[in-house]
Amino acid sequence: MFAHLLRRLGQSVLVLLAVSLVSFMVFRHIGDPTISLLGEDASLEDRQALVSRLGFDQPVPVQYLHYVGNVLQGEFGISYRLKRPVTEVLAERLPATLELALVASLVAVLGGVALGVYTAIRREGWFSRALMTVSLIGVSLPTFLIGIGLIYLFAVELRWLPSFGRGETVKIGGWTTGLLTASGWASLVLPVCTLALFKLTLIMRLVRAEMLEALRTDYVRFARARGLPERRIHYGHALRNTLIPVVTIAGLQIGSLIAFAIVTETVFQWPGVGLLFISSIQSVDVPVIAAYLLLIAVLYVCINFVVDLVYLLVDPRLRRA
Amino acid sequence: MMRKLLVTSLLAAGLLQGAALQAETVRWSRSSDAATLDPHSVNTGTNINISHQLYEPLVLRDIAGKLIPALATSWALTPDPTVWEFKLRRGVKFHDGSLLTADDVVFSLDRARAPSSGMKALLASVAEVRKVDPFTVQVKTKGPNLIFPDNLVNIFVVNAAWAKANKSEAPQDEKGKEENHFTRNENGTGPFQLVSREQDSRTVFKQFPGYWGRGQFPLQVTELVFVPIKSPATRVAALLSGEVDFLQDVPVPDIARLKEDKKLRVNQGPENRTIFLGLNVGPDPLKYSDVQGKNPLADPKVREAFNLAIDRDAIQKAVMRGLSAPTGIIAPPFVHGYEKAFDTYPKANAAQAKKLLAEAGYPNGFGITLHCPNDRYVNDEAICTALSSFLGRIGVKATVAARPIALHSAAINAADTDFYLFGWGVPTFDSAYVFDYLVHTRGKDGRGPTNATRYSNPALDAQIAGLSSESDKAKRDKAIHDIWSTVQKERIYLALHNQVLDYAMVRKLDIPVDPMNYTFFKNATVGNK
Repeated sequence: MFAHLLRRLGQSVLVLLAVSLVSFMVFRHIGDPTISLLGEDASLEDRQALVSRLGFDQPVPVQYLHYVGNVLQGEFGISYRLKRPVTEVLAERLPATLELALVASLVAVLGGVALGVYTAIRREGWFSRALMTVSLIGVSLPTFLIGIGLIYLFAVELRWLPSFGRGETVKIGGWTTGLLTASGWASLVLPVCTLALFKLTLIMRLVRAEMLEALRTDYVRFARARGLPERRIHYGHALRNTLIPVVTIAGLQIGSLIAFAIVTETVFQWPGVGLLFISSIQSVDVPVIAAYLLLIAVLYVCINFVVDLVYLLVDPRLRRA
Repeated sequence: MMRKLLVTSLLAAGLLQGAALQAETVRWSRSSDAATLDPHSVNTGTNINISHQLYEPLVLRDIAGKLIPALATSWALTPDPTVWEFKLRRGVKFHDGSLLTADDVVFSLDRARAPSSGMKALLASVAEVRKVDPFTVQVKTKGPNLIFPDNLVNIFVVNAAWAKANKSEAPQDEKGKEENHFTRNENGTGPFQLVSREQDSRTVFKQFPGYWGRGQFPLQVTELVFVPIKSPATRVAALLSGEVDFLQDVPVPDIARLKEDKKLRVNQGPENRTIFLGLNVGPDPLKYSDVQGKNPLADPKVREAFNLAIDRDAIQKAVMRGLSAPTGIIAPPFVHGYEKAFDTYPKANAAQAKKLLAEAGYPNGFGITLHCPNDRYVNDEAICTALSSFLGRIGVKATVAARPIALHSAAINAADTDFYLFGWGVPTFDSAYVFDYLVHTRGKDGRGPTNATRYSNPALDAQIAGLSSESDKAKRDKAIHDIWSTVQKERIYLALHNQVLDYAMVRKLDIPVDPMNYTFFKNATVGNK
């Protein structure tokens, strides 16, 4: 088991190197950072001088090695656009994204599993049918459309909830949290719904399908024949056996919740790393883009690692191996 | 006892109401946040707009484009035509209470000329800035520069002692490791001072009690909350839901609807920005065309055919929904040197255009790529699509290649395009700026950086270079007229239209539209609902 974890760790390092290399090759094609640094009306001489100051005139492999060397020393550079150290800017923005993703994952996983089990057990009930129909909307509508729709309904028409921002935040050490104020929670509702809806319906449909499968298996039939209470059959046996694929999907989904929070953050002006990333792309702020991509890769790697550990908890067979 | 309580609470409520009438908070939104609060760091509209609340330049421009005094009360050319003299306003206080003197002005102009400054291009002609007495500053330019004060409207004055005490004598450069103090702090002389700032989230300003302009400006806005909102639909929703009072960067499709809303006011005005097409007129063959070995655009007849094929009025009506002013010259009307006589464009005439193409040897037209930005100007990509269909009528297959401005601008700076849509504003309000950037031969003597047309006319270059050192106004104006005549005759650019700006706000607010798209909240008036 220990060897297994070590191997995963080694793979993770390779993944990070690959991500940084690919992102470096892409930078060439996202535009000229001197436009945002010097404005549209700089002279060609000034532009050229800046390009060589930043080292963009060097071959990509040289730039890449230089970058990796700096990163290994913990040096991510200064944001071209914001004129501040990249690590500081990311650290400032990360809490907003993590809180949003965390709440959205909880809603998606808990809601998805609960509704999935419900629709599997009460397969023929009208509420289950209604849920299944509504869930089709969840998987088929694009995120930004759902976000805008929610804003128009709940912010413009009903005026119950704010349309943008994070509300009031409280600073605890280096972490700003919106979870301690009423306006913070109010601001969370719409972005969380937008972000969680797709994942929730996905998990719900997955759990339902897996549950239906499990309920048809022999051991469930035997359990019924033995006269075990339905509750124990459903939750103690059937659900538990459906969890392996659910954990895999949920893990990947949490990673993509953080990564794809970009759209939700942009629609709701949520001041997280996703919004920062979009602004950075527009102004070709290479240090921030590079650090963001690395950060997302690290998060994915960590989540996959945790998923591996959870497998061990859920499936006793893996523990013996 | 009860009664007494009631009276006191009524009184308290009355007092609160009185205070509410006095304190006017305006929540202001636009599409992006300023990158930094350093007024010398980046030359972008959003940054300068924020700086105009916190800091002030020596001279400002009113809504009609005329120079007006700000921190300088008067300015004049000295007998030496290379030296401008500025008399400073007395009794101007910085936000920390210290008084403005010539030392601050000299320091600020030098800081704005530093290699790491984003504003240095505007001060490229400066040789030396010197203090004469505590309230007089002289600027020596490298040659006579009649329009030097025009370059100063966005050069902000900072506090020299404060900058030195915080070790921020020069703006942040990209390699530095320490954050510059100006990035998130300020000590200006402006009508507002900074209360708090969260990037991309909210920035709060309050009126500066010691502002010198008290009594001269309305100053009715006491608190200003800036909340950038990137998504256009959310921005409009925030105004409709009452979470925002004033919207800059109003999405064009929403303007008609916002105008109908009785609770809102939409102000409209011309913007200092012309949208036009650039053509590769150089002798070398085209790179993005199916014509091999020669350059059809080098033939004036082909350029004229393009000019005739484009229906500018249809673009205004169908693409811009009326929100543009079609034009025949690549400078808006308030720019010095603009003449009504130049501002003419032909009525679209496909038959005649086709005839000209045939005369030029292209009876069946040709194929060419039209490079276009898709995130910079109002409806930029849609304009290109319309242009493509107009050209299609005369047999020219223009393939639209739309891309973000970061890529588009880079291609124009590298002259890596043959046919492109571009926009240009004139911050100096003088034609020389247009000639320097768009007409002069590309990349010669530091001029012509954004001229991707390959047009090169040594005689015209000499005339353009002469403008910056001409000390006789009449001669200079004559030269401007002559240059425009050539530019219009040669048709290296096909002007399309001037953009129009819209601001949407709650009914009680009234903020006029500034051609440079800078809002001055000290001038805003707040009525009773």
